[in-house]
Amino acid sequence: MNTLTPRATGAVTTRVLTQLRRDHRTLAMLLVLPCALMSLLWWMFDGLPGEGFSTLGPALLALIPFIIMFLVTSVTTLRERTSGTLERLLAMPMGKLDFLLGYAIAFGLIAAVQSALAVGVCVWLLDLSIVGSVWMLMVVAVVDAVLGTALGLFVSAFARTEFQAVQFMPALVIPQILLCGLFVPRDALPRVLEVISDVLPLSYAVDAMQTVASSSETGEVWQDIAVLAAYVVAGLALGALTLRRQTD
Amino acid sequence: MMKNAIKVRTLEVTRGGSEVLRGLEFEVAHGQVTGLLGPSGCGKTTLMRALVGVQRITGGSVEVLGQPAGSASLRDRIGYVTQQPSVYDDLTVTENLRFFARILGVGDKRVAECVGLVALGDYGDRVVSRLSGGQRSRVSLAVALLGEPQLLVLDEPTVGLDPVLRVELWETFHHLAGEGAAVLVSSHVMDEASRCDRLLMMREGRLIADDTPTGLLERTGSHDIEQAFLSVVHEKEAA
Repeated sequence: MNTLTPRATGAVTTRVLTQLRRDHRTLAMLLVLPCALMSLLWWMFDGLPGEGFSTLGPALLALIPFIIMFLVTSVTTLRERTSGTLERLLAMPMGKLDFLLGYAIAFGLIAAVQSALAVGVCVWLLDLSIVGSVWMLMVVAVVDAVLGTALGLFVSAFARTEFQAVQFMPALVIPQILLCGLFVPRDALPRVLEVISDVLPLSYAVDAMQTVASSSETGEVWQDIAVLAAYVVAGLALGALTLRRQTD
Repeated sequence: MMKNAIKVRTLEVTRGGSEVLRGLEFEVAHGQVTGLLGPSGCGKTTLMRALVGVQRITGGSVEVLGQPAGSASLRDRIGYVTQQPSVYDDLTVTENLRFFARILGVGDKRVAECVGLVALGDYGDRVVSRLSGGQRSRVSLAVALLGEPQLLVLDEPTVGLDPVLRVELWETFHHLAGEGAAVLVSSHVMDEASRCDRLLMMREGRLIADDTPTGLLERTGSHDIEQAFLSVVHEKEAA
């Protein structure tokens, strides 16, 4: 039932990218906004003593692709559910995983370009100091974006309207931002919150970014990436469960 | 001898606590255009969804092309057009068809054929959101024709189309039926009924008539299908 056919997966990816290419405004926002936000962060700390930008910058590089892809995906897939195209696809010889992976690959590619631009601006224009490799920073950013996509695909099943879909952002994303270690170091949180932050994927994303920024050690980063990848797989699997060929 | 394309037995569907389909029984033959007539809200769409296999059913059985409805092996043998055109607004006509063609494993030649079948040859590169409502539903119809389906289920495909095009589409339906496909077309416009080989009339989740258009007119002594529908309803209520 959930067989994968590269032809169908590729068809979905190509289609999603064609749709985005046609939507110039969304495309521009996807590519320009992260750079603009990073520049804003840099500007805030310009002239202040200390390394504010270099401390917060890596965490923000993890958050932005996650948030943007979460929103974009939950709204796009919801649109697919309400317009009837999803039902039509599921009545065709289309694997559920083909559908999900097709989306994940398309948005993963967009995220790669998005992150490359944002990381490029940070490192070469805004002098973000990175001890580890710039490539590693990009790998983490892309995995974050795919994670946002996977969760977005999943939650879109629980929204009936685009208004509802957008509400999942404060419900599911903001708590993760609060608990990811950006405001209070995670090991200084009350015990219960620390445990909760241990099971939230964004904590691992921010950890990975901060490790890349502060050391050239890659072992820990790969561990974080592995955890993130597991969340991506789980998100896609849960997403597949929400794609029903038969409904009431 | 060819088996019937659709075989429905004591089909029941309950949605949100109310009975939408109440024990339907009928068969639909290959090579014919069968009309599904009834007022809006009588359960036509739910029935069509059950045939295509996307509607969860509460009781009875639905067999399509010899398989239980919804079987994986049916997915490339049925064409289904919903009332609301299920295509991507932000893609062109050709892009839409190419996408669904790749899912079905159908080549570009068939894409061009289907664009021609629904008379959208001049609009291939037009983005769907810039087409008229009628043109959009034709794009949706073209998608359903891509896989040369043996069963075509069309939910009100001619709403809002100009009369000339409507006649052309009915010719297309008969042409497909002539090639052996079973075509089931729903409509709440009774005057379209005379174009069908056979009619199924529905009211409040039940089948109230199953006949040829002429058979129905003769039996009820009516001049048109609308009058025939009314007299069948009265007949049932009197019984």
